[in-house]
Amino acid sequence: MKKLNQRAWLFVTPVLLLVAFNALIPMMTVVNYSVQETFGDNLFFWQGIDWFEQVLTSERFHKALGRQFLFTFLILIIEVPLGVAIALAMPRQGFWVPFCLVTMALPMLIPWNVVGAMWNIFTLPDIGLLGYFMNHTLGIPYDMTQNPFAAWVTIVIMDVWHWTSLVVLLAYAGLVSIPNAYYQAAEIDGASGWAVFRFIQLPKMKTVLTIAILLRFMDSFNIYTEPFVLTGGGPGNSTTLLSIDLVKIALGQFDLGPAAAMSLIYFAITLLVSWLFYTLMTMNDNKS
Amino acid sequence: MRLKSLVPALYILFLMLPIYWLVAMSFKTTNEILAGFSLFPQTWTLANYTEILTDPTWYWGYINSIIYVTLNTVISVLVALPAAYAFSRYTFVGDKHLFFWLLTNRMAPAAVFALPFFQLYSAVGLFDTHIAVALAHCLFNVPLAVWILEGFMSGVPKELDETAYVDGYSFPRFFVTIFLPSITAGVGVAAFFCFMFSWVELLLAKTLTAVAAKPIAAVMTRTASSAGYELGLLAAAGTLTIIPGAIVIYFVRNYIAKGFALGRV
Amino acid sequence: MAQITLSNLRHSYRPDPADDDDYALKKIDLTWDDGGAYALLGPSGCGKSTLLNIISGLLVPSEGKILFDDRDVTALPPAKRNIAQVFQFPVIYDTMTVYDNLAFPLRNRGRDEDIVKRRVTAIAEMLEVTGMLSTRASNLSPDNKQKISMGRGLVREDVNVVMFDEPLTVIDPHLKWKLRSKLKELHQRVRATMIYVTHDQTEALTFADQVVVMQDGEIVQIGTPVDLFERPAHTFVGHFIGSPGMNVLPCEVKGGAAFFGGEQVALEGPAGGAADGKAEVGIRPEFVSVSTTGGGIAAHVRKVADIGRHKVVEAIAHDSRIHAILEGDAPNAGDAVMLDFKRSQTRLYKDGWLASRPEGDVR
Repeated sequence: MKKLNQRAWLFVTPVLLLVAFNALIPMMTVVNYSVQETFGDNLFFWQGIDWFEQVLTSERFHKALGRQFLFTFLILIIEVPLGVAIALAMPRQGFWVPFCLVTMALPMLIPWNVVGAMWNIFTLPDIGLLGYFMNHTLGIPYDMTQNPFAAWVTIVIMDVWHWTSLVVLLAYAGLVSIPNAYYQAAEIDGASGWAVFRFIQLPKMKTVLTIAILLRFMDSFNIYTEPFVLTGGGPGNSTTLLSIDLVKIALGQFDLGPAAAMSLIYFAITLLVSWLFYTLMTMNDNKS
Repeated sequence: MRLKSLVPALYILFLMLPIYWLVAMSFKTTNEILAGFSLFPQTWTLANYTEILTDPTWYWGYINSIIYVTLNTVISVLVALPAAYAFSRYTFVGDKHLFFWLLTNRMAPAAVFALPFFQLYSAVGLFDTHIAVALAHCLFNVPLAVWILEGFMSGVPKELDETAYVDGYSFPRFFVTIFLPSITAGVGVAAFFCFMFSWVELLLAKTLTAVAAKPIAAVMTRTASSAGYELGLLAAAGTLTIIPGAIVIYFVRNYIAKGFALGRV
Repeated sequence: MAQITLSNLRHSYRPDPADDDDYALKKIDLTWDDGGAYALLGPSGCGKSTLLNIISGLLVPSEGKILFDDRDVTALPPAKRNIAQVFQFPVIYDTMTVYDNLAFPLRNRGRDEDIVKRRVTAIAEMLEVTGMLSTRASNLSPDNKQKISMGRGLVREDVNVVMFDEPLTVIDPHLKWKLRSKLKELHQRVRATMIYVTHDQTEALTFADQVVVMQDGEIVQIGTPVDLFERPAHTFVGHFIGSPGMNVLPCEVKGGAAFFGGEQVALEGPAGGAADGKAEVGIRPEFVSVSTTGGGIAAHVRKVADIGRHKVVEAIAHDSRIHAILEGDAPNAGDAVMLDFKRSQTRLYKDGWLASRPEGDVR
């Protein structure tokens, strides 16, 4: 049992101050903007919930939100099963384990705009490796600056390239923690490969997969830099995800009120969906 | 069995292809790049690297990034240690809510904070300093560090603390000489993650800097847009940003799997 | 149900074993009779788990054969051998209910649901877990989890052998004896061959009809608990079984008689074994009597430990330590005493192996 100790607050004070400075003050600024109108010169007018209404009813926001959900859905539906499959196929011991882990983790340590730039170079129609291969070797027309479908495929594959390893590493950590006796018992019980996965590996990976799904949801839902560098939201608005749209409104058009209202709605959606995921995935734990 | 090892092999190949292309580009001359497709550099050149390593606007970008990333890692781990200890050892009023609130900051889209951060750090006179970026990155790194360290600390039996008190250790001495050594792996993993997320983040780093503390990643975007088609230079700069990550990951390779599970396996 | 024969079995974890030291199992020839309750006893690392895994099919031996009755099963995978194994840590399927856990081995083999139901109900009854059948297995206490693991082994009516690999390691001491007697009772009811691996002599001696003692990859003795206690075939068995273990004293053999520190020690019978080699006398502390006046070997008492029902006297004679177990009065530390060995229980060992025969034995 943990000790009840109010002095613990002393220990958390530095964290509180630091995060409060970084989170509360900017958040108040955002809230402040979201209910006021400004024409510059530090003149503000009370606006009430008008901005919220404007954002929530605007077609532009709906479309960006739709694209965002589609993107995140594709990311989760591809990366989670793929990551689990790769983790299952990985060796459990020997020289290749650190090799696999290091090479797989590498994409995650590359600055996000470099990831975008790298994929830009990789996919250039005539001189990129992928672009050349598609256009000239396979003869499939591929140019993501012209074709929205190609742009979508590219940002999804780029994210798969960038982040599937997170799922792999988490799932792998779960797998190696399963004692050998479980596999031996299953073998003796005559369990099929599928049953071993369904009743041993999957339950043991549950905690780490919950973490993986939550992290992948949050990060793919908030993604900005990589698709922005790669496609700039185009062609047209076809790959303008929520964050890209938000930055366009806030810094491009300097519409601070709507941008602030949109920020809060955006944040609220992230929180809500994260909470839903978390509740759904841990629901069975409390059932006795 | 052999078929099974094909899966990770193909995956690693897929991961390496774009990186290979970036590195290959960085050794090509501009003429060769513009002339058309070539799988390997036809004439190897170090010109792109020479330019980066001799031009202060380029190499200061690296130095700036390394300064604020290091600052952030040190600050994040230092403030997270006592907090994680409190969460793993004590119950106190509001602990669950506090922990959850900390984690919600990990969920905030960075784009939401870009403008308010610019105004906040300008107001306190820290705009375009390394410490500004280091502090701003604490927004998502401190909650993460607390979370990771809490996971590792909860794996250390509480009897260790009690034994130390019985043996007459004061709290600070116990924490530094006994407790810390037993969670070095956790500290390493936390530092690794702080390094990682601070190193890869660009939006906030770019917003909070102009000249003096401009990160390498931001230098790259400017060059790419203003000088047009200097792909070789861009590729060389990109290649150089991969190296620190590769070095750091090599050091923590034995803890990677457990580390990514945040000590919760 | 089957008789299990291990023939010329050797196993090494190395790909190219050179000498005997590279083998985890050194030449095992052994037959387990159908329906017997066996214990496989030995210290950690003696190869007992390796042997168990070879019988269950989790390991394929480097050399030799395994026969179930007359059928060679050496190459068969575990699922095809109709065996059951209970592991050190309870292995249960967390997401399933207790019922589904017990039904799992049957369902995997495509049994009809009504057979499954009958078997599961019967086994649950035996294990006294009927009340928990619909709870999720992950919510059980460790001893109940281990019961379920056992139940999964017993639920199939055609198992050739049920193997237990130190199954009580994680169970609370006060529940251990309960589970142990449950096992014994189960054996009497289902009459399956059971092999119980342990390093704990109490567990082995209380569970088994026949105990197989192993050391360094070899079988040192097979016998009933009484055999092991009274006539250890090797000094190792003498040391390992009993608390404290057998006294083993260096001696010289001259003309068929044994001399300890120059004094003759009366043996149970004629001495045999190799002419040369290291000779030792073995006597259990239970059969050493201590007196101040009588005859025997002169010794002085180093310490006396009172362990409840009896006292353990540790005495020194001719620079060797000798334990004696006494009921009732005991001398004090420092006292000079005489030690007398009960003749019928005094054995001679040559190079560690039993070399004396009982009186009248004319082998």
